[in-house]
Amino acid sequence: MRTLREVKPGETVAVGRLKGAGALRRRIMDMGITKGTKIYVRKIAPLGDPIEITVRGYELSIRKEEADQIEIV
Amino acid sequence: MKIALVGNPNCGKTTMFNALTGNSQYVGNWPGVTVEKKEGRLKCHKDVVITDLPGIYSLSPYSLEEVVSRNYLLNEHPDAIINLVDASNIERNLYLTTQIVELGIPVVLALNMMDILVKNGDKIDLRKLETVFGCAVVETVAVKGKGAIKAAERAIERVNANKKQIPKHKFSNEIELPIAKISELVKDYVEPVHVRWFAVKCFERDKKILAEAKLSPQKLEQLEKIISPVEDEYEDDSESIIINERYDFIAQVVEETVHKKARTTSTSDRIDKIVTNRFLSLPIFAGIIWLVYYVSVTTVGTMVTNWTNDTLFGGWITQGATRFFNMIGTADWLTGLIVDGIIGGVGTVLGFVPQMLILFFFLSILEDSGYMARVAFIMDRIFRRFGLSGKSFIPLLISSGCGVPGIMATRTIENEKDRKLTIMLTTFIPCGAKLTIITMIVTTFFPGSTWIAPAMYFLGITMIAISGIILKKTRFFAGEPAPFVMELPAYHMPSLKGVLIHMWERGKHFIIKAGTVIFIACGLIWFLSSFGWDLRLTEDINQSMLATIGKVISWFLVPLGFGTWKGAVATISALAAKENAIGTLAVLNGVSMQGNAHALIDGIRSMFSSVGALSFMLFNLFNPPCIAAIGATSREMGGPKWTMIALGYQTILGYSVSFIVYQLGSVFFLGNRFGIGAILSVIILAFVLILLLRPAPKFHDFARHRSEINL
Repeated sequence: MRTLREVKPGETVAVGRLKGAGALRRRIMDMGITKGTKIYVRKIAPLGDPIEITVRGYELSIRKEEADQIEIV
Repeated sequence: MKIALVGNPNCGKTTMFNALTGNSQYVGNWPGVTVEKKEGRLKCHKDVVITDLPGIYSLSPYSLEEVVSRNYLLNEHPDAIINLVDASNIERNLYLTTQIVELGIPVVLALNMMDILVKNGDKIDLRKLETVFGCAVVETVAVKGKGAIKAAERAIERVNANKKQIPKHKFSNEIELPIAKISELVKDYVEPVHVRWFAVKCFERDKKILAEAKLSPQKLEQLEKIISPVEDEYEDDSESIIINERYDFIAQVVEETVHKKARTTSTSDRIDKIVTNRFLSLPIFAGIIWLVYYVSVTTVGTMVTNWTNDTLFGGWITQGATRFFNMIGTADWLTGLIVDGIIGGVGTVLGFVPQMLILFFFLSILEDSGYMARVAFIMDRIFRRFGLSGKSFIPLLISSGCGVPGIMATRTIENEKDRKLTIMLTTFIPCGAKLTIITMIVTTFFPGSTWIAPAMYFLGITMIAISGIILKKTRFFAGEPAPFVMELPAYHMPSLKGVLIHMWERGKHFIIKAGTVIFIACGLIWFLSSFGWDLRLTEDINQSMLATIGKVISWFLVPLGFGTWKGAVATISALAAKENAIGTLAVLNGVSMQGNAHALIDGIRSMFSSVGALSFMLFNLFNPPCIAAIGATSREMGGPKWTMIALGYQTILGYSVSFIVYQLGSVFFLGNRFGIGAILSVIILAFVLILLLRPAPKFHDFARHRSEINL
């Protein structure tokens, strides 16, 4: 399964399953990353991590480690 | 009447709160935690108290801010809630709204930043929104103060009309059915208005709510029987099912009520293209940081600090006061207490204030414009390795000028553990005053050396890195890594008023709170250094109480190579201000500071060996910072326990570094025997290495446990 971590800047993808549990998973979902949500990967930070995405009309920064918890379809 | 102000971070809540309450604000902490609590009286309605809750995205049980907020909403019974919603980012903002309206407290939805929306040519159907959420909806532009009072008045109306907030929104039938069953199950356990909220939380298996409710085992079993089949059907856990339902509902609401004009790239996007561009971002970042640093620390900042310290307090006020007291014939000791003790002490505090305000001015601009989030975005990669986050960069940088504003700058770090760790470590960067010590020791013992001074900065950074890694593995900072899921708010043109309010709020804290600590401590040191045990004023510091105290603690410093009472006294007086270390050494050696530098150098040289001098310098660099910075630490740590942990750690670290350097340095450079001290040093080094490399131990839910105790 591909995760958000592997998505190249400029691509738009849809969220599939969310891995992980507890606070982190809840936080990711609270920020609007839920099943079926469209995510546009805007860019990668100059030092290679974190990444910046557009979700539900706003910009969010998320570490690659956490992006790895988000499976995409 | 009590009205709570609730909303996401970056939705303009602080500005709104100021527009509502004006100057009648009271700032404190929520009981037991360092989350800030602000209250104020509503303008023109003095009987209405507005409570500003922390900026939150959700009412989940996982973050301190969120738990504080929901405890307040449920237990303190505010009469109404104003839910501030950023209209230009409505989808995610309404997510919190779907939770707020379930609480059963009358809600007024304040659609903020409507001006941006209108400028973009978008429209929101307010009537429709009112029907969907069953609450009042008001348009506001908090920056311009528009609509704020109206929102509050609508809230008052609703309370007076005794309007109940009945949750209007429905989830899909597959979810509503089980929730109805749970409502039936738990309705005797809570007040009728909270039933919906409570039932949804039970469905989510919210640990805190279940623990508080104390449902009987049978009920818990029944609850489980209701939840599990739904989870099986959805192939997801109940918590996620609810979140999905909320966002599905919002998507539908937005579809029906928000009419968006086709969007070309916004100004914010265009700015962002340049500012965080792959090639330009680092140079721009360096440029901005350099500018802030250059103005607030190096040039203007130092100028105003020197002016307040030397001219205003050191010159005009001191001389004026001395002359005045002499004129009216006050006793010498009283003049001394007032002029040297009190005015000197207060001056030390206030001397920092102008510089800090300048710095806060820039920080507020960086924050209000949205660039601060980008700083964290750019720097996160580096700082995460040491258990800090990208936001720790600014405090560390500022601390190279002065630790006090550096510590205060940690306020921009939302995560509590990251913030505390940054406060503890940030003063390891040599500040301007410590540079005086470095310069003096280098010119005295290592003339011509170009590498020792830069090496001290490098050592400071190394200490921060090592400490970060080690402390992250201790029970104080362990636990689940804080998710770095950070909103990057759209760029705004910061308003001057907003920036000034921000700046003043931060500066005020320092003046009031830290000021009292520093003031008392400075007075105390003055007292100890000016009086002998016979409580008579003495000109000669050798006769003072401080000298005796120095003699008593000097044994503690013997293993560090400067265990003379002079070394001890210099170290104590350095606590008042780090540059005092040198001044005191001068006084103790009978050299006036204005006298020739050679005499001072000779005096100091007679006191230490070269390795001992190095050790003296290191101890003063890494042991707890000056009283001003300790005061700031205590203020920002929010309690004596954490202040003690910070000071304790700094003392241990400073002592160990000096110990190792002196003991091993004596062996390698002075040809001393490899004795017990050297062996101990090697043991300490090995111990540090173990702490550094050991795998992080597991502390079961320690952090969560702790916050439960606190709340």
